[in-house]
Amino acid sequence: MLVNFFFELRKGGVPVTITEFLTLLEGLRAGVAWASVQDFYYLARTTLVKDERHYDRFDRVFAEIFNGAEKLFDEIVANVPAEWLQALAARTLSEEEKRKVESLGGWEKLLETLRQRLEEQRGRHQGGNKWIGTGGTSPFGAYGYNPEGIRIGQAGSRNRRAVKVWDQREYRNFDDTVELGTRNMKLALRKLRKFAREGAQDQLDLDATINATARNAGLLDLKLVAERRNAVKVLLFLDVGGSMDDHIRVCEELFSAARSEFKHLEYFYFHNFLYESVWKDNRRRFSQVTPVTQILRTYGHDYRVIFIGDATMSPYEITQPGGSVEHWNKEAGSVWMGRMTATYPRLVWLNPEKQDRWEYTASVRITRELVDERMFPVTIQGLDAAIGALRRPLSGPRPESQPGGETSVTSGGMGDI
Amino acid sequence: MTERFAGTDRYIATDDLMMAVNAAVTLGRPLLIKGEPGTGKTQLAEEIARSLGRPMFEWHVKSTSKAQQGLYEYDAVSRLRDSQLGDARVHDIANYILKGSLWQAFESEQQPVLLIDEIDKADIEFPNDLLRELDRMEFYVYETRQLVKARNRPIIVITSNNEKELPDAFLRRCFFHYIRFPDQETMASIVAVHFPGLKKELLSEALGAFFQLRDTPGLKKKPSTSELLDWIKLLVAEDIDPAVLRSQDPKKTLPILHGALLKNEQDVHLFEQLVFLNRRVR
Repeated sequence: MLVNFFFELRKGGVPVTITEFLTLLEGLRAGVAWASVQDFYYLARTTLVKDERHYDRFDRVFAEIFNGAEKLFDEIVANVPAEWLQALAARTLSEEEKRKVESLGGWEKLLETLRQRLEEQRGRHQGGNKWIGTGGTSPFGAYGYNPEGIRIGQAGSRNRRAVKVWDQREYRNFDDTVELGTRNMKLALRKLRKFAREGAQDQLDLDATINATARNAGLLDLKLVAERRNAVKVLLFLDVGGSMDDHIRVCEELFSAARSEFKHLEYFYFHNFLYESVWKDNRRRFSQVTPVTQILRTYGHDYRVIFIGDATMSPYEITQPGGSVEHWNKEAGSVWMGRMTATYPRLVWLNPEKQDRWEYTASVRITRELVDERMFPVTIQGLDAAIGALRRPLSGPRPESQPGGETSVTSGGMGDI
Repeated sequence: MTERFAGTDRYIATDDLMMAVNAAVTLGRPLLIKGEPGTGKTQLAEEIARSLGRPMFEWHVKSTSKAQQGLYEYDAVSRLRDSQLGDARVHDIANYILKGSLWQAFESEQQPVLLIDEIDKADIEFPNDLLRELDRMEFYVYETRQLVKARNRPIIVITSNNEKELPDAFLRRCFFHYIRFPDQETMASIVAVHFPGLKKELLSEALGAFFQLRDTPGLKKKPSTSELLDWIKLLVAEDIDPAVLRSQDPKKTLPILHGALLKNEQDVHLFEQLVFLNRRVR
């Protein structure tokens, strides 16, 4: 059964390994958790899941596998001989607690109550509601380390709350990224790393030290330099919704790879094309937008900009004011893109659509022209080429384009239709 | 068997947190704790040490920290300087080996608690450099050719703020627990632990205002437990009447003494905007 659980977890997308599974078994054998579904759930979660984003997946699998299994726990407990209970309790309880037990009428009476309660709870199970009452399995919990647990009546509610934990799926919104495993993408992105000496000076500069020591008549004179760090800054713009739905997986992979590679990474979402505002949280895309002008002001020319989108739409959505499918945009998308390319000389567009289909879509052609042909497919080769384009040295800051300024590309785009 | 951790008089631990701690203690694995800032990750280690009566060692990781620093450092520079000044100490290299927190914890007579705080602040490779040390609880000092082994396997608590992804190989060796933001009920008991004499009325008004504030969409830094405690401390110190809190509709004004809850001007600004909008609507 547990082995089945293990494989179901892997199938459910929780990256569990055999070592972790063995650790869980070790924990069970050491008696960290037993005879209570709740304890088992917590132990399994703490040993098998190593990222809160996977909590939700774990909860789903757990509910599926152990649905109904809590009855099994009941039976185990009901069949436990009285001496075991006593022995266990005697081992875990302190002297003071033991006295408390005595004052409650001694072991015999307590065990009697316990049995009664177990009977009651089994009765309730036959009533049919699968979740309620499962908590009652925890006389050990009651007996255990918590002195308050002696008040057996409370154990029920405690457990019921815990059962709900995995049914509620409280961790749902953590599960918003795909697993990291896209090593190829990471490696491609890694080429963008640029090392610079920044921050605290804590490394010995050997050459300078020797030099300074010699000048200092042989007495040591230390020279330190800062460590080299990845100083690349990246702005990422992701297209969401509509035709991008087919490419969600590859975008997520790319996104999670980028997130772990760059220290200075800012990401924004847009829909179909760039207009006057973008947003950071898809759920609040209408209430919390970031004006593009603010981005242009906030992030310097040295940022690299990566757009990810299929650029597949009606050409009017790019070239005409008011072309957006979602709102009335005062200025055409191409104007905004022009400002973007003017402010950020190092800008690429990654297109998850297959490259051989690009030329059949007018909007893709227009977008390619807007970004000076720096559109690349999301393949390892494409990424390599894109990174190459982003590594191009910066030749002095460019003047910012004025709002409302005409870009030459706009009219060129229209001609293609 | 070791005794169990069940929270303390100063620290409310939920059932799942207790289980994670006890499992980690029993099986001798490091426990990795994540959660929003201000939910008591660092404090957990102190409370474990206190409730189990163990000595505690702390290792606060910074962006410049190296794994080696937790083990030991060879202070070659002072040795070089000493040699130039003709100090006799220079002949024994052991004089220049400085023990790190991990070494100190390994040497402890009693099973210690070791806190490795904010491991995500360090370089990406930092956790990888500690794999063997955490697994086998031993390391080798090359300078003195000495193998340092833990006398008692320490209880290791590692905290992370999720600023960097931790490597898989490292995660495999740890137990993991995510401290969820407490619900209203747990929060009430946490406050009760810190302010035992607090008037019920003030508490419920303050909690109401607090959770409402937390639900405001788009806050850059959501106020957390530690901020709530600070705020209540202020409310108590200023002797604010619960009626004042109640009379303020949180949708229409900023809560009193909001400086303890909102930590940057954008959030205050956002909140003012919302307040303004709400006023206009009504």
